[in-house]
Amino acid sequence: MTTKSYEVQQSEQITHDIEGYLHDQEHKSFLRFITCGSVDDGKSTLIGRLLYDSKLIFEDQMASLENDSKKVGTQGGDIDFALLVDGLAAEREQGITIDVAYRFFTTDKRKFIVADTPGHEQYTRNMATGASSAEAAVILIDARKGILTQTRRHSFIVNLLGIRHVVVAINKMDLMDYSQDVFQDIAAQYREFAENLDFSTIAFVPMSALKGENIMAPSDKMPWHDGPAFMTVLETIDVARKKAEKPFRMPVQWVNRPNLDFRGFSGTISSGIVKAGDDIIVLPGGKTSKVKSIVTYDGNLDQASADQAVTLTLEDEIDVSRGDVVAEINQRPETTDQFQAHIIWMGEQPMLPGRPYLIKTTNKTVAGEISALKHKVNVNSLEHEAGKTLELNEVGLCNISLDEAIAFEAYRDNTAMGAFIIIDKISNATVGAGMIDFGLRRATNVHWQAVDVDKTARAEQKRQKPVVLWFTGLSASGKSTIANLVEKKLHALGKHTYLLDGDNVRHGLNRDLGFVDADRVENIRRVGEVSKLMIDAGLIVLTAFISPFRAERRMVRDMMEAHEFIEVFVDTPIEICEQRDPKGLYKKARSGEIKNFTGYDSPYEQPERADLHLHTGTITAEQAADAVIAKIQEKYLSS
Amino acid sequence: MTSHTQLAHLQRLEAESIHIMREVAATCENPVMLYSIGKDSGVMMHLALKAFYPSKLPFPILHVDTTWKFREMIEFREKFAAEHQLDLITHINQEGVDMGMGPFSHGSAVHTDVMKTQGLKQALDKYGFDAAFGGARRDEEKSRAKERIFSFRSAQHRWDPKSQRPELWNIYNNRIQKGESMRVFPLSNWTELDIWQYIHQENIPIVPLYLAKKRPVVERDGMLVMVDDDRMPMKPGEVPKMKMVRFRTLGCYPLTGAVESTATTVIEIIQEMLLTKTSERQGRAIDKDSNASMEQKKQEGYF
Repeated sequence: MTTKSYEVQQSEQITHDIEGYLHDQEHKSFLRFITCGSVDDGKSTLIGRLLYDSKLIFEDQMASLENDSKKVGTQGGDIDFALLVDGLAAEREQGITIDVAYRFFTTDKRKFIVADTPGHEQYTRNMATGASSAEAAVILIDARKGILTQTRRHSFIVNLLGIRHVVVAINKMDLMDYSQDVFQDIAAQYREFAENLDFSTIAFVPMSALKGENIMAPSDKMPWHDGPAFMTVLETIDVARKKAEKPFRMPVQWVNRPNLDFRGFSGTISSGIVKAGDDIIVLPGGKTSKVKSIVTYDGNLDQASADQAVTLTLEDEIDVSRGDVVAEINQRPETTDQFQAHIIWMGEQPMLPGRPYLIKTTNKTVAGEISALKHKVNVNSLEHEAGKTLELNEVGLCNISLDEAIAFEAYRDNTAMGAFIIIDKISNATVGAGMIDFGLRRATNVHWQAVDVDKTARAEQKRQKPVVLWFTGLSASGKSTIANLVEKKLHALGKHTYLLDGDNVRHGLNRDLGFVDADRVENIRRVGEVSKLMIDAGLIVLTAFISPFRAERRMVRDMMEAHEFIEVFVDTPIEICEQRDPKGLYKKARSGEIKNFTGYDSPYEQPERADLHLHTGTITAEQAADAVIAKIQEKYLSS
Repeated sequence: MTSHTQLAHLQRLEAESIHIMREVAATCENPVMLYSIGKDSGVMMHLALKAFYPSKLPFPILHVDTTWKFREMIEFREKFAAEHQLDLITHINQEGVDMGMGPFSHGSAVHTDVMKTQGLKQALDKYGFDAAFGGARRDEEKSRAKERIFSFRSAQHRWDPKSQRPELWNIYNNRIQKGESMRVFPLSNWTELDIWQYIHQENIPIVPLYLAKKRPVVERDGMLVMVDDDRMPMKPGEVPKMKMVRFRTLGCYPLTGAVESTATTVIEIIQEMLLTKTSERQGRAIDKDSNASMEQKKQEGYF
């Protein structure tokens, strides 16, 4: 009854005092939350019900809903609220929600954005996506099933992403005769489990989304429940935003340079307050200045605070670019190129330590790698487990090492300054999400020892230019044979060379590595580093490694200077390699005796643009070796 | 903390949109802003002026003209572009014009596909844009609710709803290969009420068709169609009647239904909207073709 009278009041206010109504709308409090639960917990039904009960369903949508409910509904012709929110055709057919959807609704107390996130195990990454922008989480539990593995998983991820307020919605109470015991058992179990998590409030609400019990108003079916109804809980969660009270930081997004007389730095303030005249520092560079003005389209401001998008001008002409952070001088954030972070892996391909990825923070993209996976976290038991890689939807504690320093803060203290995503360099897919725990000091303590005799001097003495000839191709493609011939020819020419061969290296330097993907990456990384030292020594280095992954070949290329790396693709059809099979490996792979064999159960990614492409099906090894010599003759061999 | 350090609702939405636009300007090579002349486009343009002030917009504006837009829309477009010295590109699918394409002769679905969807793809290919801003909102339609703010398109301009990139925090991954592109939706989190409220608050100019006026209309299939020019064939016995009407969305005039209304100011529109019982897209013929038609069109490259 109270909702009715509110509605009437609202209509009257819209009719007679629209400006007052709009003012109220503009200053209503606001909550972003996510819903998560397992398949068939009734999430879509709950959200459909919230939209319906907050009068957001228009007549035409209602007509189409009634129509759809009869055709494809699961409620025997009754209104199926889930159809309101299950947007994509594929979902309608399967009857599940497969992606994150964002919905908007308003009550007389609050405006809401809800992220509806899927319960399917393989879609955990979507849930993390929804949680990243939410301040509260609704965790749905089917009263018939109680706490499931996925309930734990979802709670853990919600916690990992920094959500501090949880509403545990124990749904489908109608199917359990609205039993108080059932409710209390589940609540007790959840409380016990959540002791290991860092939530500041947990509210337990028994309900039936389908029947509308205890959603908008307390249910007379559950008189034993003395807490408020679901909507009241959502309306009263206290998400005091303390961002403005923290030290000032503004990541520079875009340099605003309309003409020579104006140089401004545009960005969204991630925390704190800035005033004209404030002393600031620009990180990671460390230059200091004062804020001259805070420029906006609507006029200059005296001060601006967290979440505002502004443009700052400075008193001094200092170098500031995208990726820098403007910060309060007395409470500056740390800078580092190495830190520890929790990572949620979202890529179809596993995370491989040592593989180069792109790390994107709020305003900066830098190359980097996961230098170590310290442990995985079993999201079901919260136990730590050892591991070499992270698979899709796995969570791990990692050390990250970047090619450049960034200014940062712990994610716990400042979300915007501590969050990052991981991008695959080749597919450009978003393959991970990370939350910084703390910086690692190691970087500042290891310095380069400067030496007087340098690479150029060493190379000049040998009358050659150092280069790596990187032979890649299938096993038995002829890499070693050709590389060996090339080295003989170079030696005869009086050149200083060294041949690093796959099999030989695995007897010594890389004895500890196997053939799983993570070890293959580390194998190539070490060979790359050794080659780099030899380049520094002024040598012509020949390497013969299958090196099946594009990413690692590119990693090695990136270690050297541009002209120091020549990729030679020994392109021999697999049928021919199999016939040759000098070590009998193809035979063993076929019989299953050895695993992870390239070309069989482990992929070979062909070079897209090799510097030299040898079609060994049509030329002899001798001809191939001559082609290599011809390629380097002019640039590298003449003194 | 005092209340002035908590942003009000529209301020927060404004800041989020500006952040998105700056991110594109800073990281994309050749972005463009799609301009449909509608109210959402108007808000998006206004936000863009704010985002880059005192610089001018660092990208051109593209209007895909189907040749069947309301005349008042075209007038408005020209005036607006001149006033803000915008770099306006107008693209018309000439092949479609040569075929004599129109909603009356070819039906709404074919017309929209050829003049709008194909026209858009032609323009994107022709100028090699790697990012295109659109004014779509998540509250408009069910499949829009699931689209990312930075939405990836293949080299064929296709949207694959099953392999969208996860989008976390406000960190947007807009890396693409050559030929691929991004559609970027800075108004994703705005609702229809937010749009109107912002137009009111910021005094943003809108096409007069949004406001009620006596206009010549005929009723067809339950839709009030305005007779905007003499290309509209009259059915036997059909006589345009002058009715007090306005439009809730603007598109091709034969495909955009009017609603009877007396709202002649923005504030009256807001009042009417808050007290009304039908949703915004209802006036559009295009959504009714099939149950999941918007999703299908989006996969094929429609905005």
